[in-house]
Amino acid sequence: MNSRSFVRHLAFLLRPPVAAVAPLLAGCQTVKVVSEGVAAVGVATGQITEEQAQSIVRTGESLGSAMEQLTPENEYWIGRAVTATILARHPAYDRSDLNRYVNLVGQSLALYSDRPETFGGYRFLVLDSDDINAFAGPGGLITVTRGMLRLCRTEDELAAVLAHEIGHVAHRHGLKAIKKSRWTGAFTTIVVEAGKQLGGADLAEAVRAFEGAIGDVTQTLVNSGYGRAAEREADAAAVRMLRRAGYDPHALIAMLEEMDRRLKPGGLDFAKTHPDPTDRIREVRSLIGGLASVPPPAERQARFAAVMRGV
Amino acid sequence: MNRGLVLALLVAALTAATSAAPPETMSVQVRSGQVRASASFLAPVIAEAPYGAAMAVEQRSPPWARVRLADGRTGWMHESALTRERLQLKAGSADVAAGARAGEVALAAKGFTQQVEKEYRQQNPALQFGWVDRMETWAVTPAEAAAFLKAGRVTPAGGDTR
Repeated sequence: MNSRSFVRHLAFLLRPPVAAVAPLLAGCQTVKVVSEGVAAVGVATGQITEEQAQSIVRTGESLGSAMEQLTPENEYWIGRAVTATILARHPAYDRSDLNRYVNLVGQSLALYSDRPETFGGYRFLVLDSDDINAFAGPGGLITVTRGMLRLCRTEDELAAVLAHEIGHVAHRHGLKAIKKSRWTGAFTTIVVEAGKQLGGADLAEAVRAFEGAIGDVTQTLVNSGYGRAAEREADAAAVRMLRRAGYDPHALIAMLEEMDRRLKPGGLDFAKTHPDPTDRIREVRSLIGGLASVPPPAERQARFAAVMRGV
Repeated sequence: MNRGLVLALLVAALTAATSAAPPETMSVQVRSGQVRASASFLAPVIAEAPYGAAMAVEQRSPPWARVRLADGRTGWMHESALTRERLQLKAGSADVAAGARAGEVALAAKGFTQQVEKEYRQQNPALQFGWVDRMETWAVTPAEAAAFLKAGRVTPAGGDTR
């Protein structure tokens, strides 16, 4: 990489204090390094001063911690690729009446979330898998297994599962899983005018960063889980959403109790990625407070039973 | 100074204070931002604004924001469709020309885009993007959502779709 393109990359890395730093480096004709370790290498080879290096490190750090650097459009493309990856493991369950029903429940609920609008909107798809699981693809592409649907005894319980996943999307939990080290690749990809195409090396770098980010999110969804704090946030979002929409928030407790009965510790699905249901049940109960549980009316239960036949 | 004059001055001062607040500019952060006639998803859509478009926000009434359109009409957008961040500008649009004049660079290729996905898809043919494309066509309109909830006797707490 020549020094001009380094400055070009670096200017991007250093946004927003571009104006202050870029002229400083523009005069530095011999700098040839970029990405992680840039400051240390620069100082070691005498190409930049310690003071300049500190400035790079500071801005680099603030960028690294900022998930907000991803635009809603970036989130959308990440969500598509994450969902395409999940679908390579668990095939789609091709039953249009069921998928339509799940979308009606899910998209109706999403209107009552704290983030009803995302770049591409919320969409739901059933996976042909006996595992008990559901995945929140960034941006709102939510997938749920047949195994999870079989656990639901009412539309309200299905709503509780979907509301929890919408809560993960609304809080952007998936994006938070992306390792800081990916940013370097993602954000040093270049500055071009909108609509122009990336060139060979820049495109390859962007694709590498993309691949890494997709891996981080998928790994979190499928294997490691978001962690206790994120699950608590998603549960709280679900209770708010269910209540506002008019579903019974106690259905979330009923689902957690059912999962507690069915899931084996050390199991390969939901058990692996979610904290102990008993802790969550206690917390959800306190969020609901004294609100009485209401059984679903006959019309609701009838349409639920009809569409779930054969699942 | 009589009481009437004091009151008149007070009213004038208050009016000046509220009208002097300039509208805040926010960007549309969804693919197609819908501007509605009133603050509800069930209200008719009176205009659509593309991703990145700058909107003049005149009033915040969470979770809704009243925006003024270029033709002078006003409408309502849900706050989740707007951001204070300045998003990428469309190639060839007037915004790009203005941005270039102001010495700003449009950060279009930042991060991940359609072009990156295309390349990624070619490298990973086993990934099921076809199903993702199909799933994206399954939109439910707010009116369909309201009808669905009503048919199942699911009664929103506010009495209406937000």
